Amino acid sequence: MKRTIFRNQLLPWLLLAPQLAITFVFFLWPAAQAIRQSFLRQDAFGINTTFVGLSNFKALWTSPEYLNSLQVTAVFAVSVTILSMGFSLLLAVAVDRMIRSTSVYTTLLVWPYAVAPAVAGILWWFIFNPTIGVMPYVLATVGYDWNHISSKTDAMILVVIASAWKQISYNFLFFVAGLQSIPASLREAAAIDGAGPVRRFFDITLPLLSPTTFFLLVVNIVYAMFDTFAVIDATTEGGPAQATNIMVYKVYFDGFVGQNMGSSAAQSVVLMLIVIALTVIQFRWVEKKVAY
Amino acid sequence: MIENRPGLNLLAHLTLMLGVVVVALPVWVAFVASTHTATDFMSGTIPMWPGPHLLENYGRMLDSGVSTSGMPPVGTMMLNSLIMALLIACGKIAISITSAFAIVYFRFPLRRMAFWCIFITLMLPVEVRIVPTFQVVADLGMLNSYAGLSVPLIASATATFLFRQVFLTIPDELTEAARIDGAGPMKFFRDILLPLSRTNIAALFVILFIYGWNQYLWPLLITTSSDYYTIVAGIKRMADAVDGLPQWHLVMATAMLAMLPPVAVVIGMQRLFVKGLVETEK
Repeated sequence: MKRTIFRNQLLPWLLLAPQLAITFVFFLWPAAQAIRQSFLRQDAFGINTTFVGLSNFKALWTSPEYLNSLQVTAVFAVSVTILSMGFSLLLAVAVDRMIRSTSVYTTLLVWPYAVAPAVAGILWWFIFNPTIGVMPYVLATVGYDWNHISSKTDAMILVVIASAWKQISYNFLFFVAGLQSIPASLREAAAIDGAGPVRRFFDITLPLLSPTTFFLLVVNIVYAMFDTFAVIDATTEGGPAQATNIMVYKVYFDGFVGQNMGSSAAQSVVLMLIVIALTVIQFRWVEKKVAY
Repeated sequence: MIENRPGLNLLAHLTLMLGVVVVALPVWVAFVASTHTATDFMSGTIPMWPGPHLLENYGRMLDSGVSTSGMPPVGTMMLNSLIMALLIACGKIAISITSAFAIVYFRFPLRRMAFWCIFITLMLPVEVRIVPTFQVVADLGMLNSYAGLSVPLIASATATFLFRQVFLTIPDELTEAARIDGAGPMKFFRDILLPLSRTNIAALFVILFIYGWNQYLWPLLITTSSDYYTIVAGIKRMADAVDGLPQWHLVMATAMLAMLPPVAVVIGMQRLFVKGLVETEK
Protein backbone atom coordinates (compact mmCIF):
# COMPACT_ATOMS: atom_id res chain seq x y z
CA MET A 1 0.00 0.00 0.00
CA LYS A 2 1.22 3.45 -0.91
CA ARG A 3 1.21 6.16 1.75
CA THR A 4 1.42 8.94 -0.77
CA ILE A 5 -1.38 8.98 -3.27
CA PHE A 6 -3.08 11.34 -5.68
CA ARG A 7 -6.55 12.56 -4.85
CA ASN A 8 -8.20 12.63 -8.28
CA GLN A 9 -11.40 10.61 -8.54
CA LEU A 10 -12.11 10.66 -12.25
CA LEU A 11 -8.57 10.15 -13.53
CA PRO A 12 -8.12 6.58 -12.20
CA TRP A 13 -11.28 5.51 -14.04
CA LEU A 14 -9.99 7.03 -17.26
CA LEU A 15 -6.71 5.18 -16.78
CA LEU A 16 -8.53 1.93 -16.14
CA ALA A 17 -11.14 2.41 -18.87
CA PRO A 18 -9.35 0.66 -21.79
CA GLN A 19 -8.43 -2.39 -19.76
CA LEU A 20 -11.87 -2.68 -18.15
CA ALA A 21 -13.69 -2.12 -21.45
CA ILE A 22 -11.76 -4.90 -23.16
CA THR A 23 -12.18 -7.16 -20.16
CA PHE A 24 -15.95 -6.68 -20.15
CA VAL A 25 -16.54 -6.92 -23.88
CA PHE A 26 -14.15 -9.76 -24.75
CA PHE A 27 -13.78 -11.68 -21.48
CA LEU A 28 -16.65 -11.31 -19.03
CA TRP A 29 -19.52 -10.98 -21.50
CA PRO A 30 -18.46 -14.02 -23.61
CA ALA A 31 -17.85 -16.04 -20.45
CA ALA A 32 -21.34 -15.13 -19.22
CA GLN A 33 -22.73 -16.11 -22.62
CA ALA A 34 -20.99 -19.47 -22.40
CA ILE A 35 -22.49 -20.06 -18.99
CA ARG A 36 -25.96 -19.00 -20.22
CA GLN A 37 -25.77 -21.18 -23.33
CA SER A 38 -24.71 -24.16 -21.28
CA PHE A 39 -28.24 -24.19 -19.83
CA LEU A 40 -29.97 -23.81 -23.20
CA ARG A 41 -30.61 -26.03 -26.15
CA GLN A 42 -30.93 -24.74 -29.71
CA ASP A 43 -32.89 -26.53 -32.39
CA ALA A 44 -31.19 -27.54 -35.62
CA PHE A 45 -31.94 -24.23 -37.35
CA GLY A 46 -30.97 -22.02 -34.43
CA ILE A 47 -34.42 -20.43 -34.26
CA ASN A 48 -35.77 -21.76 -30.99
CA THR A 49 -33.84 -22.00 -27.79
CA THR A 50 -35.24 -23.70 -24.73
CA PHE A 51 -34.03 -23.73 -21.16
CA VAL A 52 -32.94 -27.25 -20.36
CA GLY A 53 -31.34 -26.86 -16.94
CA LEU A 54 -28.40 -29.12 -16.35
CA SER A 55 -29.19 -31.57 -19.11
CA ASN A 56 -26.26 -30.39 -21.27
CA PHE A 57 -23.95 -31.27 -18.41
CA LYS A 58 -25.70 -34.55 -17.77
CA ALA A 59 -25.35 -35.39 -21.44
CA LEU A 60 -21.61 -34.83 -21.16
CA TRP A 61 -21.17 -37.30 -18.34
CA THR A 62 -22.96 -39.99 -20.27
CA SER A 63 -21.28 -39.24 -23.59
CA PRO A 64 -18.58 -41.83 -24.31
CA GLU A 65 -16.84 -39.29 -26.55
CA TYR A 66 -16.54 -36.76 -23.75
CA LEU A 67 -15.38 -39.35 -21.24
CA ASN A 68 -12.83 -40.46 -23.81
CA SER A 69 -11.74 -36.84 -24.19
CA LEU A 70 -11.27 -36.53 -20.42
CA GLN A 71 -9.13 -39.63 -20.40
CA VAL A 72 -7.11 -38.51 -23.43
CA THR A 73 -6.54 -35.11 -21.81
CA ALA A 74 -5.32 -36.71 -18.58
CA VAL A 75 -2.93 -39.08 -20.36
CA PHE A 76 -1.69 -36.29 -22.60
CA ALA A 77 -1.18 -33.70 -19.85
CA VAL A 78 0.58 -36.14 -17.52
CA SER A 79 2.85 -37.47 -20.31
CA VAL A 80 3.81 -34.01 -21.55
CA THR A 81 4.50 -32.79 -18.02
CA ILE A 82 6.63 -35.79 -16.99
CA LEU A 83 8.57 -36.00 -20.25
CA SER A 84 9.30 -32.30 -20.48
CA MET A 85 10.08 -31.74 -16.81
CA GLY A 86 12.18 -34.89 -16.52
CA PHE A 87 14.31 -34.05 -19.52
CA SER A 88 14.67 -30.40 -18.48
CA LEU A 89 15.68 -31.35 -14.94
CA LEU A 90 18.37 -33.65 -16.33
CA LEU A 91 19.73 -30.82 -18.48
CA ALA A 92 19.49 -28.28 -15.66
CA VAL A 93 21.41 -30.53 -13.26
CA ALA A 94 24.06 -31.06 -15.92
CA VAL A 95 24.39 -27.34 -16.65
CA ASP A 96 24.59 -26.65 -12.92
CA ARG A 97 27.94 -28.50 -12.87
CA MET A 98 29.36 -26.28 -15.61
CA ILE A 99 31.34 -23.16 -14.92
CA ARG A 100 32.48 -21.64 -18.19
CA SER A 101 30.11 -23.24 -20.67
CA THR A 102 26.83 -22.44 -18.84
CA SER A 103 25.84 -19.52 -21.02
CA VAL A 104 26.66 -21.31 -24.28
CA TYR A 105 24.51 -24.30 -23.39
CA THR A 106 21.75 -22.04 -22.07
CA THR A 107 21.61 -20.11 -25.34
CA LEU A 108 21.50 -23.36 -27.30
CA LEU A 109 18.67 -24.72 -25.16
CA VAL A 110 16.30 -21.77 -24.62
CA TRP A 111 15.28 -20.80 -28.13
CA PRO A 112 12.50 -23.40 -28.65
CA TYR A 113 10.42 -21.23 -26.31
CA ALA A 114 10.04 -18.86 -29.23
CA VAL A 115 8.79 -21.49 -31.67
CA ALA A 116 5.01 -21.36 -32.04
CA PRO A 117 3.22 -24.55 -30.89
CA ALA A 118 1.68 -24.84 -34.34
CA VAL A 119 5.11 -24.71 -35.98
CA ALA A 120 6.48 -27.23 -33.46
CA GLY A 121 3.61 -29.52 -34.43
CA ILE A 122 4.35 -29.14 -38.15
CA LEU A 123 8.08 -29.85 -37.60
CA TRP A 124 7.48 -33.08 -35.70
CA TRP A 125 4.69 -34.06 -38.09
CA PHE A 126 7.26 -33.85 -40.87
CA ILE A 127 9.95 -35.78 -38.98
CA PHE A 128 7.48 -38.56 -38.24
CA ASN A 129 5.82 -38.48 -41.67
CA PRO A 130 5.22 -42.17 -42.46
CA THR A 131 6.35 -41.93 -46.09
CA ILE A 132 9.23 -39.44 -46.11
CA GLY A 133 10.02 -38.81 -42.43
CA VAL A 134 13.36 -39.53 -40.75
CA MET A 135 12.03 -41.22 -37.62
CA PRO A 136 9.81 -43.89 -39.29
CA TYR A 137 12.87 -44.74 -41.41
CA VAL A 138 14.99 -45.17 -38.26
CA LEU A 139 12.21 -47.03 -36.43
CA ALA A 140 11.75 -49.39 -39.38
CA THR A 141 15.34 -50.57 -38.97
CA VAL A 142 14.45 -51.82 -35.47
CA GLY A 143 11.27 -53.39 -36.78
CA TYR A 144 8.69 -50.80 -35.66
CA ASP A 145 6.12 -49.81 -38.23
CA TRP A 146 5.34 -46.17 -37.37
CA ASN A 147 2.09 -44.71 -38.64
CA HIS A 148 0.47 -41.88 -36.72
CA ILE A 149 -2.31 -41.60 -39.27
CA SER A 150 -3.76 -45.00 -38.41
CA SER A 151 -2.26 -45.91 -35.02
CA LYS A 152 -3.79 -44.28 -31.94
CA THR A 153 -0.70 -44.85 -29.83
CA ASP A 154 1.64 -43.41 -32.45
CA ALA A 155 -0.54 -40.31 -32.82
CA MET A 156 -0.54 -39.74 -29.05
CA ILE A 157 3.26 -40.20 -28.87
CA LEU A 158 3.67 -37.68 -31.68
CA VAL A 159 1.62 -34.92 -30.05
CA VAL A 160 3.22 -35.58 -26.66
CA ILE A 161 6.74 -35.27 -28.11
CA ALA A 162 5.90 -32.11 -30.07
CA SER A 163 4.27 -30.46 -27.03
CA ALA A 164 6.98 -31.52 -24.58
CA TRP A 165 9.76 -30.36 -26.92
CA LYS A 166 8.33 -26.87 -27.03
CA GLN A 167 8.23 -26.67 -23.22
CA ILE A 168 11.81 -27.89 -22.53
CA SER A 169 13.38 -24.45 -22.57
CA TYR A 170 10.86 -22.95 -20.15
CA ASN A 171 11.29 -25.74 -17.60
CA PHE A 172 15.05 -25.69 -18.08
CA LEU A 173 15.34 -21.97 -17.25
CA PHE A 174 13.24 -22.29 -14.09
CA PHE A 175 15.05 -25.44 -12.93
CA VAL A 176 18.44 -23.75 -13.43
CA ALA A 177 17.25 -20.74 -11.40
CA GLY A 178 15.92 -23.10 -8.71
CA LEU A 179 19.21 -25.03 -8.56
CA GLN A 180 21.24 -21.84 -8.31
CA SER A 181 19.19 -20.69 -5.34
CA ILE A 182 20.18 -23.77 -3.32
CA PRO A 183 23.14 -22.76 -1.12
CA ALA A 184 26.31 -24.59 -2.16
CA SER A 185 27.27 -24.96 1.51
CA LEU A 186 24.54 -27.56 2.02
CA ARG A 187 25.87 -29.78 -0.72
CA GLU A 188 29.45 -29.20 0.44
CA ALA A 189 28.52 -30.26 3.95
CA ALA A 190 26.90 -33.40 2.58
CA ALA A 191 29.98 -34.09 0.45
CA ILE A 192 32.23 -33.77 3.50
CA ASP A 193 29.96 -36.23 5.29
CA GLY A 194 30.67 -38.64 2.47
CA ALA A 195 27.49 -38.41 0.39
CA GLY A 196 28.12 -39.11 -3.29
CA PRO A 197 26.59 -37.08 -6.15
CA VAL A 198 23.56 -39.36 -6.52
CA ARG A 199 22.81 -39.34 -2.78
CA ARG A 200 23.24 -35.55 -2.66
CA PHE A 201 20.84 -35.14 -5.54
CA PHE A 202 18.07 -37.18 -3.96
CA ASP A 203 18.58 -36.10 -0.33
CA ILE A 204 19.39 -32.41 -0.75
CA THR A 205 18.88 -31.01 -4.22
CA LEU A 206 15.54 -32.59 -5.03
CA PRO A 207 13.76 -31.70 -1.73
CA LEU A 208 15.04 -28.13 -1.84
CA LEU A 209 13.95 -27.86 -5.45
CA SER A 210 10.38 -28.86 -4.61
CA PRO A 211 8.90 -25.31 -4.70
CA THR A 212 10.21 -24.91 -8.27
CA THR A 213 9.04 -28.40 -9.19
CA PHE A 214 5.55 -27.78 -7.85
CA PHE A 215 5.27 -24.45 -9.60
CA LEU A 216 6.40 -26.00 -12.91
CA LEU A 217 3.98 -28.89 -12.40
CA VAL A 218 1.02 -26.49 -12.39
CA VAL A 219 2.39 -24.41 -15.27
CA ASN A 220 3.01 -27.50 -17.39
CA ILE A 221 -0.43 -28.94 -16.75
CA VAL A 222 -2.01 -25.61 -17.73
CA TYR A 223 0.21 -25.53 -20.82
CA ALA A 224 -0.65 -29.10 -21.81
CA MET A 225 -4.38 -28.54 -21.30
CA PHE A 226 -4.82 -25.17 -22.97
CA ASP A 227 -1.83 -24.04 -25.02
CA THR A 228 -1.45 -27.22 -27.01
CA PHE A 229 -4.55 -26.59 -29.11
CA ALA A 230 -2.29 -25.50 -31.96
CA VAL A 231 -0.15 -28.63 -31.76
CA ILE A 232 -3.22 -30.85 -32.07
CA ASP A 233 -4.84 -28.78 -34.81
CA ALA A 234 -1.64 -28.60 -36.86
CA THR A 235 -1.02 -32.34 -36.64
CA THR A 236 -3.65 -34.95 -35.81
CA GLU A 237 -6.81 -32.79 -35.57
CA GLY A 238 -7.95 -34.98 -32.69
CA GLY A 239 -7.70 -38.24 -34.61
CA PRO A 240 -7.31 -41.02 -35.39
CA ALA A 241 -10.63 -42.17 -33.91
CA GLN A 242 -10.58 -39.39 -31.24
CA ALA A 243 -7.28 -40.68 -29.84
CA THR A 244 -5.84 -37.17 -29.42
CA ASN A 245 -9.09 -35.21 -29.00
CA ILE A 246 -8.17 -33.21 -25.89
CA MET A 247 -10.88 -31.17 -24.15
CA VAL A 248 -9.86 -27.80 -25.59
CA TYR A 249 -9.91 -29.22 -29.08
CA LYS A 250 -13.30 -30.82 -28.52
CA VAL A 251 -14.82 -27.49 -27.39
CA TYR A 252 -13.62 -25.91 -30.61
CA PHE A 253 -14.66 -28.81 -32.79
CA ASP A 254 -18.15 -29.24 -31.31
CA GLY A 255 -18.75 -25.47 -31.34
CA PHE A 256 -17.42 -24.46 -34.74
CA VAL A 257 -17.47 -27.57 -36.85
CA GLY A 258 -20.27 -29.56 -35.19
CA GLN A 259 -22.36 -26.42 -34.39
CA ASN A 260 -23.50 -28.07 -31.15
CA MET A 261 -23.63 -24.88 -29.09
CA GLY A 262 -25.20 -26.20 -25.90
CA SER A 263 -22.73 -29.02 -25.52
CA SER A 264 -19.77 -26.84 -26.48
CA ALA A 265 -20.82 -24.20 -23.93
CA ALA A 266 -21.20 -26.82 -21.20
CA GLN A 267 -17.69 -28.05 -22.03
CA SER A 268 -16.42 -24.47 -21.82
CA VAL A 269 -17.89 -24.14 -18.35
CA VAL A 270 -16.17 -27.36 -17.23
CA LEU A 271 -12.87 -26.04 -18.60
CA MET A 272 -13.37 -22.71 -16.82
CA LEU A 273 -13.80 -24.55 -13.52
CA ILE A 274 -10.57 -26.45 -14.18
CA VAL A 275 -8.63 -23.24 -14.96
CA ILE A 276 -10.03 -21.57 -11.85
CA ALA A 277 -8.94 -24.52 -9.72
CA LEU A 278 -5.44 -24.52 -11.26
CA THR A 279 -5.09 -20.74 -10.85
CA VAL A 280 -6.10 -20.93 -7.20
CA ILE A 281 -3.52 -23.67 -6.61
CA GLN A 282 -0.87 -21.59 -8.37
CA PHE A 283 -1.58 -18.48 -6.31
CA ARG A 284 -1.67 -20.41 -3.07
CA TRP A 285 1.83 -21.58 -3.92
CA VAL A 286 3.01 -18.05 -4.67
CA GLU A 287 1.77 -16.92 -1.26
CA LYS A 288 3.65 -19.76 0.39
CA LYS A 289 6.84 -18.84 -1.41
CA VAL A 290 6.55 -15.26 -0.15
CA ALA A 291 6.18 -16.50 3.43
CA TYR A 292 9.21 -18.80 3.05
CA MET B 1 30.77 -27.70 -8.23
CA ILE B 2 31.75 -29.47 -5.08
CA GLU B 3 34.46 -31.91 -5.99
CA ASN B 4 36.40 -32.61 -9.13
CA ARG B 5 35.02 -35.66 -10.85
CA PRO B 6 36.14 -35.74 -14.47
CA GLY B 7 33.85 -38.68 -15.20
CA LEU B 8 30.77 -36.78 -14.04
CA ASN B 9 31.80 -33.67 -15.93
CA LEU B 10 32.11 -35.70 -19.09
CA LEU B 11 28.69 -37.23 -18.46
CA ALA B 12 27.21 -33.76 -17.91
CA HIS B 13 28.70 -32.51 -21.17
CA LEU B 14 27.38 -35.54 -23.04
CA THR B 15 23.91 -35.03 -21.54
CA LEU B 16 23.88 -31.39 -22.56
CA MET B 17 25.08 -32.18 -26.06
CA LEU B 18 22.32 -34.77 -26.36
CA GLY B 19 19.89 -32.09 -25.17
CA VAL B 20 21.12 -29.61 -27.73
CA VAL B 21 20.79 -32.23 -30.48
CA VAL B 22 17.23 -33.18 -29.43
CA VAL B 23 16.25 -29.52 -29.30
CA ALA B 24 17.82 -28.72 -32.65
CA LEU B 25 16.88 -31.89 -34.55
CA PRO B 26 13.44 -30.89 -35.85
CA VAL B 27 14.69 -27.49 -36.95
CA TRP B 28 17.69 -29.00 -38.69
CA VAL B 29 15.50 -31.47 -40.57
CA ALA B 30 13.14 -28.63 -41.55
CA PHE B 31 16.04 -26.47 -42.68
CA VAL B 32 17.52 -29.27 -44.79
CA ALA B 33 14.13 -30.01 -46.33
CA SER B 34 13.66 -26.34 -47.17
CA THR B 35 16.82 -26.35 -49.31
CA HIS B 36 15.77 -29.14 -51.65
CA THR B 37 13.25 -29.54 -54.45
CA ALA B 38 10.07 -31.59 -54.35
CA THR B 39 11.63 -34.35 -56.45
CA ASP B 40 14.35 -34.94 -53.84
CA PHE B 41 11.71 -36.39 -51.52
CA MET B 42 10.32 -38.76 -54.14
CA SER B 43 13.07 -41.33 -53.66
CA GLY B 44 11.58 -42.22 -50.27
CA THR B 45 14.39 -41.13 -47.98
CA ILE B 46 14.85 -37.50 -47.19
CA PRO B 47 18.32 -35.96 -47.39
CA MET B 48 20.22 -35.10 -44.20
CA TRP B 49 22.40 -32.33 -45.63
CA PRO B 50 21.36 -28.99 -47.14
CA GLY B 51 20.83 -28.86 -50.89
CA PRO B 52 21.44 -26.02 -53.34
CA HIS B 53 17.90 -24.62 -53.55
CA LEU B 54 17.85 -22.42 -50.46
CA LEU B 55 17.56 -19.01 -52.09
CA GLU B 56 15.21 -20.29 -54.77
CA ASN B 57 12.71 -21.81 -52.28
CA TYR B 58 12.76 -18.94 -49.79
CA GLY B 59 12.64 -16.32 -52.52
CA ARG B 60 9.66 -18.01 -54.09
CA MET B 61 7.76 -18.25 -50.81
CA LEU B 62 8.43 -14.67 -49.72
CA ASP B 63 7.61 -13.30 -53.11
CA SER B 64 4.66 -15.26 -54.47
CA GLY B 65 3.82 -18.20 -52.20
CA VAL B 66 1.97 -21.29 -53.32
CA SER B 67 -0.39 -19.62 -55.71
CA THR B 68 -2.37 -22.76 -56.52
CA SER B 69 -3.58 -23.11 -52.91
CA GLY B 70 -4.88 -19.54 -52.77
CA MET B 71 -2.32 -18.58 -50.14
CA PRO B 72 -0.89 -15.08 -50.05
CA PRO B 73 2.90 -14.68 -50.31
CA VAL B 74 4.74 -15.48 -47.10
CA GLY B 75 6.06 -11.92 -47.08
CA THR B 76 2.50 -10.61 -46.69
CA MET B 77 1.72 -13.08 -43.92
CA MET B 78 4.91 -12.15 -42.07
CA LEU B 79 3.97 -8.51 -42.28
CA ASN B 80 0.52 -9.32 -40.87
CA SER B 81 2.13 -11.31 -38.06
CA LEU B 82 4.49 -8.44 -37.32
CA ILE B 83 1.63 -5.92 -37.17
CA MET B 84 -0.42 -8.22 -34.94
CA ALA B 85 2.52 -8.98 -32.61
CA LEU B 86 3.44 -5.29 -32.26
CA LEU B 87 -0.17 -4.21 -31.67
CA ILE B 88 -0.65 -6.91 -29.03
CA ALA B 89 2.65 -6.22 -27.25
CA CYS B 90 2.31 -2.42 -27.27
CA GLY B 91 -1.42 -2.54 -26.50
CA LYS B 92 -0.99 -4.87 -23.54
CA ILE B 93 1.83 -2.77 -22.12
CA ALA B 94 -0.03 0.52 -22.61
CA ILE B 95 -3.33 -0.49 -21.03
CA SER B 96 -1.67 -2.49 -18.25
CA ILE B 97 0.74 0.21 -17.15
CA THR B 98 -2.05 2.79 -16.88
CA SER B 99 -4.27 0.30 -15.01
CA ALA B 100 -1.48 -0.48 -12.56
CA PHE B 101 -0.87 3.25 -12.06
CA ALA B 102 -4.55 3.79 -11.27
CA ILE B 103 -4.68 0.88 -8.83
CA VAL B 104 -1.47 1.72 -6.97
CA TYR B 105 -1.53 5.52 -6.82
CA PHE B 106 -5.23 6.34 -6.38
CA ARG B 107 -7.93 5.51 -3.83
CA PHE B 108 -11.37 5.41 -5.32
CA PRO B 109 -14.63 3.53 -4.76
CA LEU B 110 -14.78 0.06 -6.34
CA ARG B 111 -10.99 -0.03 -6.65
CA ARG B 112 -10.92 -3.59 -5.31
CA MET B 113 -13.61 -4.64 -7.72
CA ALA B 114 -11.71 -3.21 -10.68
CA PHE B 115 -8.67 -5.17 -9.53
CA TRP B 116 -10.67 -8.41 -9.40
CA CYS B 117 -12.19 -7.83 -12.83
CA ILE B 118 -8.69 -7.70 -14.25
CA PHE B 119 -7.59 -10.68 -12.17
CA ILE B 120 -10.41 -12.83 -13.55
CA THR B 121 -9.05 -12.59 -17.09
CA LEU B 122 -6.28 -14.94 -15.93
CA MET B 123 -8.89 -17.64 -15.56
CA LEU B 124 -10.53 -17.14 -18.95
CA PRO B 125 -8.07 -18.16 -21.67
CA VAL B 126 -9.47 -17.68 -25.17
CA GLU B 127 -9.76 -21.45 -25.64
CA VAL B 128 -12.52 -21.80 -23.03
CA ARG B 129 -14.77 -18.99 -24.26
CA ILE B 130 -13.99 -19.30 -27.91
CA VAL B 131 -17.47 -19.53 -29.47
CA PRO B 132 -19.10 -16.54 -27.66
CA THR B 133 -15.97 -14.39 -28.09
CA PHE B 134 -16.06 -15.08 -31.79
CA GLN B 135 -19.73 -14.01 -31.84
CA VAL B 136 -18.91 -10.74 -30.07
CA VAL B 137 -16.15 -9.95 -32.54
CA ALA B 138 -18.39 -10.86 -35.46
CA ASP B 139 -21.21 -8.65 -34.09
CA LEU B 140 -18.79 -5.75 -33.76
CA GLY B 141 -17.78 -6.20 -37.39
CA MET B 142 -14.17 -6.83 -36.46
CA LEU B 143 -13.61 -9.99 -38.50
CA ASN B 144 -10.78 -9.67 -41.02
CA SER B 145 -9.17 -6.60 -39.49
CA TYR B 146 -6.02 -5.83 -37.53
CA ALA B 147 -8.22 -4.57 -34.68
CA GLY B 148 -9.99 -7.93 -34.54
CA LEU B 149 -6.67 -9.75 -34.52
CA SER B 150 -5.24 -7.75 -31.64
CA VAL B 151 -7.79 -5.92 -29.45
CA PRO B 152 -9.57 -8.98 -27.97
CA LEU B 153 -6.21 -10.32 -26.81
CA ILE B 154 -4.73 -7.24 -25.19
CA ALA B 155 -6.37 -7.35 -21.76
CA SER B 156 -3.65 -8.61 -19.46
CA ALA B 157 -3.77 -9.45 -15.78
CA THR B 158 -0.16 -10.66 -15.83
CA ALA B 159 1.21 -7.40 -17.18
CA THR B 160 -0.94 -5.35 -14.78
CA PHE B 161 0.35 -7.35 -11.80
CA LEU B 162 3.92 -6.97 -13.01
CA PHE B 163 3.66 -3.18 -13.18
CA ARG B 164 1.81 -3.09 -9.88
CA GLN B 165 4.72 -4.97 -8.33
CA VAL B 166 7.23 -2.58 -9.90
CA PHE B 167 5.33 0.51 -8.71
CA LEU B 168 5.04 -0.83 -5.17
CA THR B 169 8.84 -0.98 -4.93
CA ILE B 170 9.21 2.67 -5.98
CA PRO B 171 9.86 4.70 -2.79
CA ASP B 172 7.08 6.98 -1.55
CA GLU B 173 9.63 9.78 -1.15
CA LEU B 174 9.77 10.14 -4.92
CA THR B 175 6.03 10.71 -5.06
CA GLU B 176 6.20 13.18 -2.17
CA ALA B 177 9.04 15.09 -3.78
CA ALA B 178 7.15 15.22 -7.07
CA ARG B 179 4.03 16.51 -5.33
CA ILE B 180 5.95 19.15 -3.40
CA ASP B 181 7.44 20.32 -6.70
CA GLY B 182 3.89 20.68 -7.97
CA ALA B 183 3.78 17.72 -10.37
CA GLY B 184 0.32 16.39 -11.15
CA PRO B 185 -0.37 12.65 -11.48
CA MET B 186 0.18 12.48 -15.22
CA LYS B 187 3.44 14.40 -15.06
CA PHE B 188 4.60 12.07 -12.27
CA PHE B 189 3.61 9.08 -14.42
CA ARG B 190 5.41 10.37 -17.50
CA ASP B 191 8.58 11.76 -15.93
CA ILE B 192 9.16 9.36 -13.03
CA LEU B 193 7.26 6.09 -13.35
CA LEU B 194 7.83 5.46 -17.05
CA PRO B 195 11.61 6.03 -16.97
CA LEU B 196 11.93 3.91 -13.81
CA SER B 197 10.10 0.97 -15.35
CA ARG B 198 11.97 1.11 -18.67
CA THR B 199 13.78 -2.25 -18.31
CA ASN B 200 10.60 -3.95 -17.09
CA ILE B 201 8.77 -2.64 -20.15
CA ALA B 202 11.53 -3.92 -22.43
CA ALA B 203 11.56 -7.37 -20.80
CA LEU B 204 7.80 -7.61 -20.98
CA PHE B 205 7.84 -6.49 -24.59
CA VAL B 206 10.10 -9.41 -25.55
CA ILE B 207 7.74 -11.95 -23.96
CA LEU B 208 4.60 -10.32 -25.37
CA PHE B 209 6.04 -10.01 -28.86
CA ILE B 210 6.65 -13.77 -28.90
CA TYR B 211 3.18 -14.34 -27.46
CA GLY B 212 1.61 -12.17 -30.14
CA TRP B 213 3.60 -13.59 -33.03
CA ASN B 214 2.78 -17.18 -32.03
CA GLN B 215 -1.01 -16.71 -31.77
CA TYR B 216 -2.73 -19.49 -33.64
CA LEU B 217 -6.35 -20.24 -32.76
CA TRP B 218 -7.58 -16.65 -32.75
CA PRO B 219 -6.19 -15.57 -36.15
CA LEU B 220 -7.32 -18.87 -37.62
CA LEU B 221 -10.91 -18.16 -36.58
CA ILE B 222 -11.35 -14.54 -37.42
CA THR B 223 -9.44 -14.27 -40.68
CA THR B 224 -11.26 -15.61 -43.68
CA SER B 225 -9.74 -13.17 -46.14
CA SER B 226 -6.24 -14.16 -47.16
CA ASP B 227 -5.15 -10.49 -46.90
CA TYR B 228 -5.12 -10.89 -43.12
CA TYR B 229 -3.61 -14.37 -42.78
CA THR B 230 -0.79 -14.52 -40.27
CA ILE B 231 2.12 -16.82 -40.93
CA VAL B 232 1.68 -19.12 -37.91
CA ALA B 233 -1.99 -19.68 -38.69
CA GLY B 234 -1.35 -19.73 -42.44
CA ILE B 235 1.24 -22.48 -42.33
CA LYS B 236 -1.38 -25.01 -41.31
CA ARG B 237 -3.65 -23.99 -44.17
CA MET B 238 -0.65 -24.39 -46.44
CA ALA B 239 0.21 -27.86 -45.10
CA ASP B 240 -3.40 -28.89 -45.70
CA ALA B 241 -3.39 -27.44 -49.18
CA VAL B 242 -0.25 -29.24 -50.25
CA ASP B 243 -1.25 -32.59 -48.80
CA GLY B 244 -2.26 -33.83 -52.24
CA LEU B 245 1.01 -33.05 -53.97
CA PRO B 246 3.94 -33.16 -51.57
CA GLN B 247 5.53 -29.70 -51.50
CA TRP B 248 7.15 -30.21 -48.14
CA HIS B 249 10.19 -28.17 -49.11
CA LEU B 250 7.99 -25.09 -49.39
CA VAL B 251 6.06 -25.80 -46.19
CA MET B 252 9.34 -26.21 -44.32
CA ALA B 253 10.72 -23.00 -45.81
CA THR B 254 7.60 -21.26 -44.47
CA ALA B 255 8.05 -22.93 -41.07
CA MET B 256 11.64 -21.64 -40.94
CA LEU B 257 10.47 -18.13 -41.79
CA ALA B 258 7.66 -18.36 -39.21
CA MET B 259 10.07 -19.12 -36.37
CA LEU B 260 12.91 -16.85 -37.46
CA PRO B 261 11.72 -13.51 -35.95
CA PRO B 262 10.75 -14.75 -32.45
CA VAL B 263 13.81 -17.02 -32.20
CA ALA B 264 16.03 -14.11 -33.25
CA VAL B 265 14.42 -11.99 -30.53
CA VAL B 266 15.05 -14.65 -27.87
CA ILE B 267 18.67 -15.20 -28.85
CA GLY B 268 19.46 -11.53 -29.48
CA MET B 269 17.83 -10.28 -26.28
CA GLN B 270 18.39 -13.30 -24.07
CA ARG B 271 18.93 -11.31 -20.89
CA LEU B 272 15.70 -9.33 -21.30
CA PHE B 273 13.87 -12.49 -22.33
CA VAL B 274 14.88 -14.39 -19.18
CA LYS B 275 14.03 -11.36 -17.03
CA GLY B 276 10.62 -11.07 -18.65
CA LEU B 277 9.91 -14.77 -18.32
CA VAL B 278 10.74 -14.83 -14.61
CA GLU B 279 8.88 -11.59 -13.85
CA THR B 280 5.65 -12.52 -15.60
CA GLU B 281 5.41 -15.67 -13.48
CA LYS B 282 5.57 -13.88 -10.14
